Amino acid sequence: MTFAGQTDTHTGEETKGGLGAYLSAHLREYGLLFALIAIMAFFQIVTGGTLLRPINLTNLLLQNSYIIIMALGMLIVIVSGNIDLSVGSVMGFVGALAAVMIVNWDQSLLVTALVCVAVGALIGAAQGYWIAYWSIPSFIVTLAGMLVFRGLSLWLLGGESVGPFPREFQSIASGFVPDLFPGGAAMAELFGLRNFNMLSFVVGLIAAGLVVWSGLNKRAQNRKYGIEDEPQGFFIARIGIVALALVFVFFKLSTFRGLPNVMITMGVLTVIYAFLTEQTVLGRRVYALGGNRKAAKLSGIKTEKLTFLSFVNMGILAAIAGLVFAARLNSATPKAGFALELDVIAAVFIGGASMSGGVGKIVGAVVGAFLMGVLNNGMGILGVGIDYQQMIKGLVLLAAVIFDVYNKQKG
Amino acid sequence: MQTNLLEMRSITKTFPGVKALDDVNLTVREGEIHAICGENGAGKSTLMKVLSGVYPVGQYEGEIHYAGGLAEFHDIAESEAKGVIIIHQELALVPLLSIAENLFLGNETQKNGIINWPETYRRTEGLLQKVGLKDAPTTLVDKLGVGKQQLVEIAKALAKDVRLLILDEPTAALSEADSQALLDLMLELKAQGVTQIIISHKLNEVRRVADTVTVIRDGHTVSSFGTTDGITEDRIVRDMVGRSMENRYPPRTPKIGDMLMEVEGWTVHHPEHADRRVIHGVDLNVRAGEVVGIAGLMGAGRTEFAMSIFGRSWGQGISGRVRMRGVEVNTATVGRAIEAGLAYVTEDRKSLGLVLDEQIRRNVTLTNLPKVANGPVLNHNEETRVAEGYRSSLNIRTPSVFQKVVNLSGGNQQKVVLAKWLFAEPEVLILDEPTRGIDVGAKFEIYGLINDLAAAGKGVVMISSEMPELLGMCDRIYVMNEGAFVGELSAAEASQERIMSLIVTE
Repeated sequence: MTFAGQTDTHTGEETKGGLGAYLSAHLREYGLLFALIAIMAFFQIVTGGTLLRPINLTNLLLQNSYIIIMALGMLIVIVSGNIDLSVGSVMGFVGALAAVMIVNWDQSLLVTALVCVAVGALIGAAQGYWIAYWSIPSFIVTLAGMLVFRGLSLWLLGGESVGPFPREFQSIASGFVPDLFPGGAAMAELFGLRNFNMLSFVVGLIAAGLVVWSGLNKRAQNRKYGIEDEPQGFFIARIGIVALALVFVFFKLSTFRGLPNVMITMGVLTVIYAFLTEQTVLGRRVYALGGNRKAAKLSGIKTEKLTFLSFVNMGILAAIAGLVFAARLNSATPKAGFALELDVIAAVFIGGASMSGGVGKIVGAVVGAFLMGVLNNGMGILGVGIDYQQMIKGLVLLAAVIFDVYNKQKG
Repeated sequence: MQTNLLEMRSITKTFPGVKALDDVNLTVREGEIHAICGENGAGKSTLMKVLSGVYPVGQYEGEIHYAGGLAEFHDIAESEAKGVIIIHQELALVPLLSIAENLFLGNETQKNGIINWPETYRRTEGLLQKVGLKDAPTTLVDKLGVGKQQLVEIAKALAKDVRLLILDEPTAALSEADSQALLDLMLELKAQGVTQIIISHKLNEVRRVADTVTVIRDGHTVSSFGTTDGITEDRIVRDMVGRSMENRYPPRTPKIGDMLMEVEGWTVHHPEHADRRVIHGVDLNVRAGEVVGIAGLMGAGRTEFAMSIFGRSWGQGISGRVRMRGVEVNTATVGRAIEAGLAYVTEDRKSLGLVLDEQIRRNVTLTNLPKVANGPVLNHNEETRVAEGYRSSLNIRTPSVFQKVVNLSGGNQQKVVLAKWLFAEPEVLILDEPTRGIDVGAKFEIYGLINDLAAAGKGVVMISSEMPELLGMCDRIYVMNEGAFVGELSAAEASQERIMSLIVTE
């Protein structure tokens, strides 16, 4: 009976409905999208249009690819109620391992990649074991891991940079998918450009089409089940903006060198993890685990195993990110990945995940990572000093979380 | 002629979209114990929040006259300074601090920020004596049972020079013996001149201690009368629910069938002290269509027994056998216990039963997700359909199954927990305090559901601290004390007296 008054308030609002009520209930999701657009528009203007130049856009994607890849795993770890501080070190260590295997030991790319991913999984398992089965706080275990793997990369590299890599390895990060479609030349002529990558453009159109299709599909389903749905205007605006943005970005990419390889990796992983978290039994159990571990356990969910797996998964993704990062720098350095875990964690929280677990979405984490990426990139172009950059990023993170808490208190 | 200590006049409190209190009047005389009765959601706690300044002056309409003047509290600190102190249902003690530290938390015996420990302990001892606690002032609150913690809360109120003590469901979590002790203490405080307001569902307690009763329903004052006016419990119940409740337990004709579950020689050791045996060779059986009760005092080991059977969720060094329909089953993990046909509906729905921040439908399907999935992929529509089904069959009052459970009232939350376990399709349900903290109307509905389950051939094991409830519902009652079954009574032979005598003679 303690909360009876509040309960009734809610039902009152719910039945009242209306635009304002809907907006305030979903402020976070729209807010994130709006913030990303606003920040991009801001930097586009103050950099005199440099931000959205095809070459810079391509760069932006490449620069943030490894953060996004790790944010996917971090989201799951955070949703399940834990945290992983070791990912930067693990990423650096795996990059170092790859460099040593390829450059010093002359191993093939395939063997190197497989071993690296396996090592990532093993590292995740080693940390997850203590967290899941011994109930040692993840903060402590991964803090230890952060130091251990930082030290291990130093040891492995002998304190020096190892590189360069063969061309094929570099292409993991800096290669582009060859154009499969004809008509690029004709389009280039049409737009008065030097070259035009048809594949990238087509992929952009397909992606935008999929966004519209799945949006309409979900809306139709919701209506069928009489679920309160977003007002038509909001729906059209949201889907329209996302679809147009996709077409725009891919168009820009196609006027440069087309689709970066790493973008395919990133895109595929994002889709897989979004599906995994939202549409599968496994994903649902992770949310339940993070929402209330004891209740989940008493519902027959194997909470220890899930926690363990979330760290194995994080290790694998950190390893993939490590390969991409090393390939991008074309060398492995003892400093690689230093403090990167903080960017990854920040991306996830900016994306709306809750520190206490149970809340957060893959798409949010990806958008959060992009938001940080655009900030980095834009401030970099403007020549803002690293001192100010850090301060601004810190304040953005704080603002995002304050916004969450404020929203929750109000709701 | 006693004077009035408190007069709340025409209090109206509106939340967006709903009037929680509508023209409520409450008059409390100096030195009396005043009971406020009403269903969950009737507005009792809201009224107390208005009184204590949680809802500051200006956020409600009406006037509060307290101790001869107009009271305009802006926050709890102001009301506490005037001696109005609330003890909430959920205790507000810091478990890892000592009794003394808790008693003077925010009210420390200090000089320039430095605590005077000898003085603190001296005063603590005095206060503990007043409430009848014999524990040392340095004992961590963590080590005390709920009953003693409740006494610490009262001592804490006394430390603040309380003039009007408000107890919100003080005995909800207490055993029979602890409840009696608490009620005795209330009477003693009254003798010392402390005016008290008690909010309670338990009418026998109200009758025992209260001088005046005010009944609130749907935000209105329904009636207010002295307990010496020959008012019966039935009259109070009628005022509370707005209808007569001659039968507090819906009738049922038991159709008892085959043996469903047999537990044999169940022995459990304490999770932290491996050598301490907590459950001593318990035997229990339940048949299809049967409702079996487990009576006992708080701390008798009932919850521990149930949870240790259900996936070894409590304790260690567990031995004993569980047979379902005559076949021995393994219940070593929660998953296996569910597979064997068991369900355990926890006494602590908020921390063990529900994911509060999740939607109703997502809570309901949690015990059996594969049933709403094609292989590994969830079917959200099927999930919604299932949840809608339970919403209508269990009468869960909510605008939609997409509502978060945290927004539901206690009774409706309890129904969600039940729905969740019905969805696991168990044969035997262990219900641990299924009606704790929910109102009379919702209780009646839960009883109806239990009867429906029995009628459908399920076996029901019901753990309850409210003896009338067990007597009204069960076909057979086991009596548990100190980790062992000390008796078994059929519905015909069971009575409160016999159960109590079994417990105390052991």
